[in-house]
Amino acid sequence: MTNEPLNIATRVAYGKKLAGLGETHPEIVVLDADLSCSTKTDLFAKKFPNRFFNVGIAEQDLMGTAAGLAQCGFTVFASTFTIFATGRAWEIVRQSIAYPGFNVKICSTHSGITVGEDGASHQSLEDIALMRVIPGMKVLVPADAHQTMGMMEFMVKDKGPTFMRLGRAEVKDVFDSDYRFTLGKGEVLKQGREICIFATGYVVRAALDAAQLLASKGVQPTVVNMGSIKPIDEALIVQMASQHRLLFSVEEHSVIGGLGSAIAEVLTAKAPQRLIRLGMQDEFGQSGTGAELLKHYRLDAQGIADSISGCI
Amino acid sequence: MQTQSIQELTNIARHLRINIIKMVHNAGCGHFGGAFSSADMLTGLFFYKLNYRPDDPFWEDRDRFVLSSGHMSAGLYAALAKLGVFNEKELMGFRKFGTPLQGHPKFNLKYGIEMSTGSLGQGLSIGNGMALAARLKNKNYRVYSLETDGGSESGMVWEGIMTAAHYKLDNRCVLFDLNNVQIDGYMSDVMNIHPVADKFRAFNWHAIEIDGNDMQQICAALDEAAATKGRPTAIIGKTIMGKGVSIFENKPKYHGVAPTDEEFKTAMQELGVQS
Ligand SMILES: Cc1ncc(C[n+]2csc(CCOP(=O)(O)OP(=O)(O)O)c2C)c(N)n1
Ligand SMILES: [Mg+2]
Repeated sequence: MTNEPLNIATRVAYGKKLAGLGETHPEIVVLDADLSCSTKTDLFAKKFPNRFFNVGIAEQDLMGTAAGLAQCGFTVFASTFTIFATGRAWEIVRQSIAYPGFNVKICSTHSGITVGEDGASHQSLEDIALMRVIPGMKVLVPADAHQTMGMMEFMVKDKGPTFMRLGRAEVKDVFDSDYRFTLGKGEVLKQGREICIFATGYVVRAALDAAQLLASKGVQPTVVNMGSIKPIDEALIVQMASQHRLLFSVEEHSVIGGLGSAIAEVLTAKAPQRLIRLGMQDEFGQSGTGAELLKHYRLDAQGIADSISGCI
Repeated sequence: MQTQSIQELTNIARHLRINIIKMVHNAGCGHFGGAFSSADMLTGLFFYKLNYRPDDPFWEDRDRFVLSSGHMSAGLYAALAKLGVFNEKELMGFRKFGTPLQGHPKFNLKYGIEMSTGSLGQGLSIGNGMALAARLKNKNYRVYSLETDGGSESGMVWEGIMTAAHYKLDNRCVLFDLNNVQIDGYMSDVMNIHPVADKFRAFNWHAIEIDGNDMQQICAALDEAAATKGRPTAIIGKTIMGKGVSIFENKPKYHGVAPTDEEFKTAMQELGVQS
């Protein structure tokens, strides 16, 4: 493989890819709510000013406008911060995008605690739960820049509403440029035994590093990336449950309603097995650097390794 | 507190700006552009008008203030520290891990922070609730909030404006920072909300248009608002983003970045801090 590492934030990968897709996909229209410099839709806006609309700080208007454009046949990418896209505008997303099944891609950035210093008001910890519960809404959480772009290739071909959860912070590559995304499929990144860690988004990298730390103690966990949270890879979950004696989920999201819950739903129905959900434990975040917060909430490699060690 | 002269108040506003820029510089991130544009109105409110006891932030009869534009937290914290609600030294903890001075305000009455804000557009309604509570409890306190031009693009703001007028909340006053800037640029390029005063009037508010960086006009408007009966008042202050430091003025870029060391030095000089 000859590819250069990207090691960029998923929001940056999103902005660049979107500007690229604009060239071959004249049906793409992009909307933002006064955060285009942060969500990186400004890259598309500069290239295709006629297919970009900034609605100002009005997230409900953002989703309503997206619905109208989609009703007329456009593929709409709507971006803002995740807390506002999935929180403030939730009911509009449900009624006016998901219910009619419109082709709107809600690609929001600044998800989870890695938002950092802005603090709890801006750290979305509930979005996976909020989007997952809406009928017909697909929920995608990329682990790095490559997966982000792979998911976008899928999204422009797919019809219907999708939520993609993007991050603010730079993240080291998990994949390379050969990566292809398949809806509803997870990926075994590291095959181990006895313990299996399912991770999603920014903390996938940390889960891999945690496995490294645990290896020195003779623990060899399997690490699985779950980028497609809805639909979720039921077969893979069942397979992992049968091959391991203890399962963990890791996410920078509330453990209520997120990846851990989605896995638990599969386990209870198809393969009862013990699952320990690591993530935000029914609490709000706070100000601090991303690294400080990941450490504090035990979502960095050391914290994940410690949590796992403490359970085995 | 009503004895402060215009000169004294102007000096306090300058002091707030010094602390605001120190805080954002020290944190390495944060928002000072809007905190600068609104610093004069905040000073007029806190140091001329607000009925408040810095040594008893739980006092039931205190006037309430909601910072609807939570990203301007540095301005609020600087004002509360200057009032003496907490020690000015704590300002340097701004945005750091473990601080009560979160990036966006977190409800904490001990620190004088009346409400958690940061998600734009919600404060106006919250202020209305506090004003209705005063009516229910037969209290004379007044409720103020700082609204902003960008923040008022949120539909919820106009829902609250409707409610305040419907219930004739004359104990409710909005300070409106019209600096014509939001994150993605000038209001005229992103989303035009003019004419603001006419909109308030159409919603049955008393609207006063002033230069929001002129202390004399600010104090007079606050008095006029308090004397206005039967309807809420909006004080619409035309301001300059980054006001007080020439290199920052009217530049959208300074909405939410820390100043470089060089810019910080210039700012301190222009704000009259001897190095
Ligand atoms: C509901 C919501 N949407 C988006 C944001 C992100 N945001 C923070 S400040 C800001 C611009 C605010 O403009 P204005 O209120 O005029 O403040 P100024 O730029 O003048 O400081 C935006 C979009 C937010 N805090 N809340
Ligand atoms: Mg503004």
